[in-house]
Amino acid sequence: MAQTPSGSGTDTTTLAAGARGARRRARSVDPIPWWLVAIVVVVALYFMLPTLFVIPMSFSSASTFQFPPKGLSLQLYVNFFTDPVWLRSLGNSFLVAILAALLATVVGTAAALGLHSLTGRWARLARTLLMVSIVTPGIVLAVAIYITFLQWRLVGTPLGYVLAHAAIGVPFVLVSVTTALGGFDPKLLRASASLGATPLRTFLRVTMPLIGRGIVTGAIFAFVTSFDEVVIALFLRSPLFQTLPVQMYNSVTVEIDPTIAASSSLVVVAVTAVFLIPQLVGGRKRTRRS
Amino acid sequence: MTRRRLPQWLLLVPALALLAAVLLFPLGQSLVRSLGAPDWTLDHYVSLFTDGVTLTILGRTAGTAAIVTVIAILLGYPYAYLMTRVGPRTRGVLLVIVLIPFWTSVMARNFAWIVILQRGGPVDSFFRMFGLDVVLYGSVAGVAIAMSQVLLPFMVLPLYSALSGIDRRLLLAARGLGSHPLAAFWKIYWPLSRGGVVAGLILVFTLSLGFYVTPALLGTPQQSLVAQLLAQRTTQLLDFPGASALGILVLVVTLVLVAWANRVGGSVSALGVVATGRTKER
Repeated sequence: MAQTPSGSGTDTTTLAAGARGARRRARSVDPIPWWLVAIVVVVALYFMLPTLFVIPMSFSSASTFQFPPKGLSLQLYVNFFTDPVWLRSLGNSFLVAILAALLATVVGTAAALGLHSLTGRWARLARTLLMVSIVTPGIVLAVAIYITFLQWRLVGTPLGYVLAHAAIGVPFVLVSVTTALGGFDPKLLRASASLGATPLRTFLRVTMPLIGRGIVTGAIFAFVTSFDEVVIALFLRSPLFQTLPVQMYNSVTVEIDPTIAASSSLVVVAVTAVFLIPQLVGGRKRTRRS
Repeated sequence: MTRRRLPQWLLLVPALALLAAVLLFPLGQSLVRSLGAPDWTLDHYVSLFTDGVTLTILGRTAGTAAIVTVIAILLGYPYAYLMTRVGPRTRGVLLVIVLIPFWTSVMARNFAWIVILQRGGPVDSFFRMFGLDVVLYGSVAGVAIAMSQVLLPFMVLPLYSALSGIDRRLLLAARGLGSHPLAAFWKIYWPLSRGGVVAGLILVFTLSLGFYVTPALLGTPQQSLVAQLLAQRTTQLLDFPGASALGILVLVVTLVLVAWANRVGGSVSALGVVATGRTKER
């Protein structure tokens, strides 16, 4: 465990440091008990446990879910990249996720900009409505969407998937763009307009560069949410169109197909990379400042 | 030069239209359908409580959610507490680790739990060394273990936010006055952390209620939870009004509990916590 070296200053200086002093403890007076560290290490392992099992499983040569794998091979990856069912599901997932993320990002960014300077009861209501899908149980939503989409003949169509996934992606875009707008001064817009810029030009040259990070973050969240969504997808699936998570679901329920291990590892590694890289970059910046 | 400006709220229209079509309209239709339109009745709701099956399953779902919540507070409190005690770098690492379940793919995660908990799997082999026959696959305990793993962040994050606001010098003061460390913790620290604890408890319990994939893959049909019942009524029994009534009931309970968590959480917004992480298969 990394310790801040400055934490072991004398009591008087620690107290004099005020609010910061509360954090910086004198190790000898207020030690961290070893059993607490032990518990936290176990909990940390618990968080990582599924990932730790999925990756070795993907190199198994067995045709069952046996662990530890008897032999090692790349057979499951070969299956994944040669079986047309897996490949088509992967392609469908990319198609749906890209379109859903695009739609969610456009409408979500617009909504965040719209809400930025609006206050009052109606703005609050609109924000709550836009966020409500995040706390709605997935299964309740899935069943409601399924029955309505049956009437609209959207079940089993790419459009049905895109609409449903875009709707559940909106809150993530809204949150990240709203956060990015936190330090945004609306006077910049007036300044830009007074210099003769059109609203579109102002958006592209002033707003975008300032909130671009937030938009990209939101888009990534929306993409991953759609790419990984399984409950609604299970209801919207058809023999002609299904996404990767649905095929993974089939592979543990209908067929016992260990190719899911290769698929899982690929998804886990890809998603981790997408999330971890910005986090590491951001983390380094934070520590440098402190 | 003045250019006619479009009203700001127009920017909200596309998002609200999408939401109205995909979320509000289907949920509204569910509500109308559950009330037996066109001849309005509460029969579908009444039969939820009188058909014998639904009430049992609702009870089992609440029981499972309670187990998950207990696991989450027992493991989440020490974790969040340690996060307030370490240096910024270690805290960053602990924060990244707590977010891992958020970005572990739903199906990958559940597949991993099948591998870990199955008969002949690592957990089974471990207990076999002691001559015990413990197969968690297909049991409520197995489902609860898998659910707690992904719901723990919803306990740790509000808790960390509450705990980091507590002034530890109060504990040192208590001990300086002769208090036992445990007594000081129980009388001073724990009461101050209660807002975060309650918010986390409600949040984890509520999110547990809607889990579908984990109980469907790790549990058994004989011990199904409410989400499985909802799916079965919809796709197998085609009982759309009955399924809608059950869905609306689950939705209302969820929204009420989340609103409650938001209120007790105070500065810790439950919604905010949910939004910072990805909620899978809520």
